[in-house]
Amino acid sequence: MYGFEAMTFNIHGGYLEAIVRGHRSGLLTAADYNNLCQCETLDDIKMHLSATEYGPYLQNEPSPLHTTTIVEKCTLKLVDEYKHMLCQATEPLSTFLQYITYGHMIDNVVLIVTGTLHERDVQELLEKCHPLGMFDSIATLAVAQNMRELYRLVLVDTPLAPYFSECITSEDLDDMNIEIMRNTLYKAYLEDFYQFCQKLGGATAEIMSDLLAFEADRRAVNITINSIGTELTREDRRKLYSSFGLLYPYGHEELAVCEDIDQVRGVMEKYPAYQHIFGKLSYGESQMLDKAFYEEEVKRLCLSFEQQFHYGVFFAYMRLREQEIRNLMWISECVAQNQKSRVHDSVVFIF
Amino acid sequence: MEMLKNLPEMDLMRSEKMTFVQLIIPVESAHRAISYLGELGLLQFRDLNEDKSPFQRTFVNQVKRCAEMSRKLRFFKDQIHKAGLLSSALPTMQPDVDLEALEIQLADHEHELIEMNANSEKLQQTYNELLEFKMVLQKAGDFLLSGKSYETSDGRELDENVYSSDYPDSVSLLEQATQSGPSNSSGLRFISGIIPKSKVLLFERMLFRATRGNLLFNQATADDLIMDPVTSEMVEKTVFVVFFSGEQAKTKILKICEAFGASCYPVPEDITKQNQITQEVLSRLSELETTLDVGIRHRNAALHSIGFRLTVWINMVKREKAVFDTLNMLNFDVTKKCLVGEGWCPIFAKPQIQESLQRATFDSNSQVGIIFHVMDSVEAPPTYFRTNDFTNAYQEIVDAYGVAKYQEANPAVYTVITFPFLFAVMFGDWGHGICLLIGALVLIAREGKLSTQKLGSFMEMLFGGRYVLLLMSLFSIYCGLIYNEFFSVPYHIFGQSAYRCRDPNCSDAYTIGLIKYRDAYAFGVDPSWRGSRSELPFLNSLKMKMSILFGIAQMNLGIMLSYFNSIFFNNSLDIRYQFIPQMIFLNSLFGYLSLLIIIKWCTGSQADLYHVMIYMFLSPFDDLGENELFWGQRPLQILLLFSALVAVPWMLFPKPFILKRLHAERFQGRAYGILRSSEMDTDSEPGSARHQHEEEFNFSEVFVHQMIHSIEFVLGSVSNTASYLRLWALSLAHSELSTVFYEKVLLLAWGYDNILIRIVGLAVFAFATAFILLMMETLSAFLHALRLHWVEFQNKFYQGDGYKFKPFSFAAVLADDEDYNVFTFGTFGFLAPEAVDLLNRVQRVMHSNVMTPKSMDVVFKRVNFAIQKGVAAQLVARLPSISM
Repeated sequence: MYGFEAMTFNIHGGYLEAIVRGHRSGLLTAADYNNLCQCETLDDIKMHLSATEYGPYLQNEPSPLHTTTIVEKCTLKLVDEYKHMLCQATEPLSTFLQYITYGHMIDNVVLIVTGTLHERDVQELLEKCHPLGMFDSIATLAVAQNMRELYRLVLVDTPLAPYFSECITSEDLDDMNIEIMRNTLYKAYLEDFYQFCQKLGGATAEIMSDLLAFEADRRAVNITINSIGTELTREDRRKLYSSFGLLYPYGHEELAVCEDIDQVRGVMEKYPAYQHIFGKLSYGESQMLDKAFYEEEVKRLCLSFEQQFHYGVFFAYMRLREQEIRNLMWISECVAQNQKSRVHDSVVFIF
Repeated sequence: MEMLKNLPEMDLMRSEKMTFVQLIIPVESAHRAISYLGELGLLQFRDLNEDKSPFQRTFVNQVKRCAEMSRKLRFFKDQIHKAGLLSSALPTMQPDVDLEALEIQLADHEHELIEMNANSEKLQQTYNELLEFKMVLQKAGDFLLSGKSYETSDGRELDENVYSSDYPDSVSLLEQATQSGPSNSSGLRFISGIIPKSKVLLFERMLFRATRGNLLFNQATADDLIMDPVTSEMVEKTVFVVFFSGEQAKTKILKICEAFGASCYPVPEDITKQNQITQEVLSRLSELETTLDVGIRHRNAALHSIGFRLTVWINMVKREKAVFDTLNMLNFDVTKKCLVGEGWCPIFAKPQIQESLQRATFDSNSQVGIIFHVMDSVEAPPTYFRTNDFTNAYQEIVDAYGVAKYQEANPAVYTVITFPFLFAVMFGDWGHGICLLIGALVLIAREGKLSTQKLGSFMEMLFGGRYVLLLMSLFSIYCGLIYNEFFSVPYHIFGQSAYRCRDPNCSDAYTIGLIKYRDAYAFGVDPSWRGSRSELPFLNSLKMKMSILFGIAQMNLGIMLSYFNSIFFNNSLDIRYQFIPQMIFLNSLFGYLSLLIIIKWCTGSQADLYHVMIYMFLSPFDDLGENELFWGQRPLQILLLFSALVAVPWMLFPKPFILKRLHAERFQGRAYGILRSSEMDTDSEPGSARHQHEEEFNFSEVFVHQMIHSIEFVLGSVSNTASYLRLWALSLAHSELSTVFYEKVLLLAWGYDNILIRIVGLAVFAFATAFILLMMETLSAFLHALRLHWVEFQNKFYQGDGYKFKPFSFAAVLADDEDYNVFTFGTFGFLAPEAVDLLNRVQRVMHSNVMTPKSMDVVFKRVNFAIQKGVAAQLVARLPSISM
């Protein structure tokens, strides 16, 4: 039905699209960030935020604030908005919205499993989980000893179950395994999400395939960089790359054999879309890479709002809000730790 | 003309004269001065620190402290609410505590409360645990017991079986073995505990999976609800007993229990031991209960004492916060010893302001007085009408369209009468009018009581418009008498009808008509016409012509008002090239039509007015024939047509060209532009209101504007006149609708000789009258009257681009919550606090750094309007936290 969304989209999606665009205009602007960066204490931040959409979430917090409280409350707002949208959504938008949270679900699973491995308290771990990625039996993850059990006990009920097919082994869980599991799950998730968006067709497919391809490529680069110098074999590394994206398949072949960051850079600079990201970095530097990727992502996400009648805006909004919360966390941390000189290091302006 | 100029001034006709003033306040008396001004509430401060963000301002710490205090107060309010106490609304007489003392007091109270809460929470926790334990003991004991009694019954059965038959012997023996064997041996163990009911299913499934089905799960619903200490909600819980075997399974099960938040309690298998423990638990429970009760009583007492003063404190903190917010709008002068403030005040308030400033100086023992002087400003002054209870609602109706430009003629003066009247023309029925009147009178009689309490939005709206309602009902009784309709039934109030039927049974009244046998009915429509042949043609013709007359009269009034505006603002150009041609155009076409209508009514002529009007344009020189109403009609028509044709270019062309010439003359030979007077130069400080405006004259813009204006007027005079026909349409609809309900419901039901049907019929009629006729029809007539005023009447003269005077006043600050009651509208009542908060936030943002008060007002209007229009859902949807 490509090209005809305009006729039918608003029947089910119009209300929510209006809502999500309304939420988007509530995102903090560069002026807000400038003001926030000038704050001296966390109370100042609270005061400034009270004049934004975060106000009602923070206003009843007693005065000695902590960074975690700020982040927690801001996340709560995002979760509330998400839940509201999910409640209002009809198929296929509701499935689309649910897909957005699977990433958090994977992260939470990994967090709990890793935490139990290091014998941390489950309740404490649960508090650290992202509220968007919660599912009923998440606490039971701690019971599992190996992948097979993990799957059989807990995950078979969750939407993550199909992604597990590739990583069911009877091996005991260890850090390396878990990391591989995370990436395998994520790969399967991204591919599934990509397929789903393709099935939706139209502008959603077009925009989401761009956004997801970027995500996949970024993960590929990250996996490559993080696995340099570990015992992960080239073949294994190759397996963790998602089977779509700009780098697929030739880029992946080249990335799989990279031995240091400059080689990665060499590979990436062949792709015009990523050239300028790496162009900003000096050789041998990978510190700023994350920020550069985030900036590029934010730019792409913002662009998706330029087009109407597609679901990409929901994905983009959630991502932007998460980025904003990351920014707030960074700013609050910097303010709390008296490191104001570094405040601009990691803040990604959204507008 | 002279007479018009010498008319006495009307308060409501033009907004108050305002003046721009500057205050220079010594630091030591600043706080007091501002709070005195707040009590007076007649000065609107300008934000002189617009470029500064909230926390860069001078008094940010105090504002923060106030915010912190109001947070504590909210906490108290919340606690009081939770405890189910009512905070006494009586503001106890108490000497003013100062802010520092209050801050300490509040902190103490909060500390105390939090401690008490923590204690009681701890106690509650233990209490809950014991309660759970008790339940587990009971229920799990039952399971274990039943198992045992089963054993014994098995034994008995065995005995019985011996007598009956011998085949189940082996089975029961086997059973006995399986039953008693494991429970006694170390192989089979059990864990008992309690879990929220919602999680049971998942829990069971998880246990099943974890032990690969090697378990026995027993559950029973607990008898009592258990309070969740965090949310203080009552939760239903389920007691479970899991039988399993093996050590590994135990660790797994325990882990799962922990993960699901199930609390496990050990239950001894021995019955005597069980009873012993149960006794122990029960005694401890009763002990704890008393402790808890004492704690709660203690806490309630504390809350009660807080509740007494809560309102006073809340008001005080709100005031203080408002004072500091206002102080933040002032500028420090260079020496840092004085604060400089600028703002608007009505001229009549100057002595009062000066008096309070002097009082402030005196009370704060300041050496230096406060300097208060008038300045001039380029910015347009705000609009301020002094309204009373009666006029306020009408002013609101006008303001909802747009706030009047400073000193512009205020349509509210006329709206007071025309609005209810036009409403009544559409709602003419004296039965319905009396119902409305009773409603309005009830509202007015209970005015004193209702105005103090918080009403729901719908009531608030009704209450705010009570005087509108009163006049509307009075006028509808009047119009209803003219239409002679009482719940659509005509009555012989003013004597005998002038008509009678041709034959005794009146069968041909509808087909042939009635005969007149005496003088016309004294007042209004003749009652005998109801249901006769002449009813509809007569009423339609009457109402249609009447609508046109009212419309032309009201539009003429609008144009006249534009004349008064031009006189007032000394704009002779507008009189000559706008007012005069507009008058000519409207009256030569539609004024003439009105004249014809009146002549036709007076003479009883048969002339066809449509024909006259249409052929006046198509063939003005033809003979009128039988449609001639008076001598010399044809030349008059030609003259009128000609003047209407002339009026169009008259209002289109001269004004822009004259403006252009004037502009050219003004700047002739001034290649270097105007020199500013030196005084102005030194006076203009940065951040003051006197920004220089460079006058730009763009001819094409002016011309296009004039063209649009003229075309709008020319087309508008046709469409607006037609628009007034809605008076006829709605009045017809109203009377037909009530006739339908009366005849098809009430009379139909009455026709049956069955009391039940009659009652049902009466009920349906009453319901339809109340909800459809009284509510829906009132609303629709109200909206149409509103439109006639906003569009047809006000577009003739009303600019409506002013902004409201918003003085800094404690009364407004304290009434803040009540102000936005629009949001508490039934369907989303539970959102009210958030919505109010959102608005407050919007206001704060716009107030502090982003926008001017003018645009703030505009936004609020829109928000308000959106709500009234029912598109509030979108706004509400944007609210961040929606409880789902």
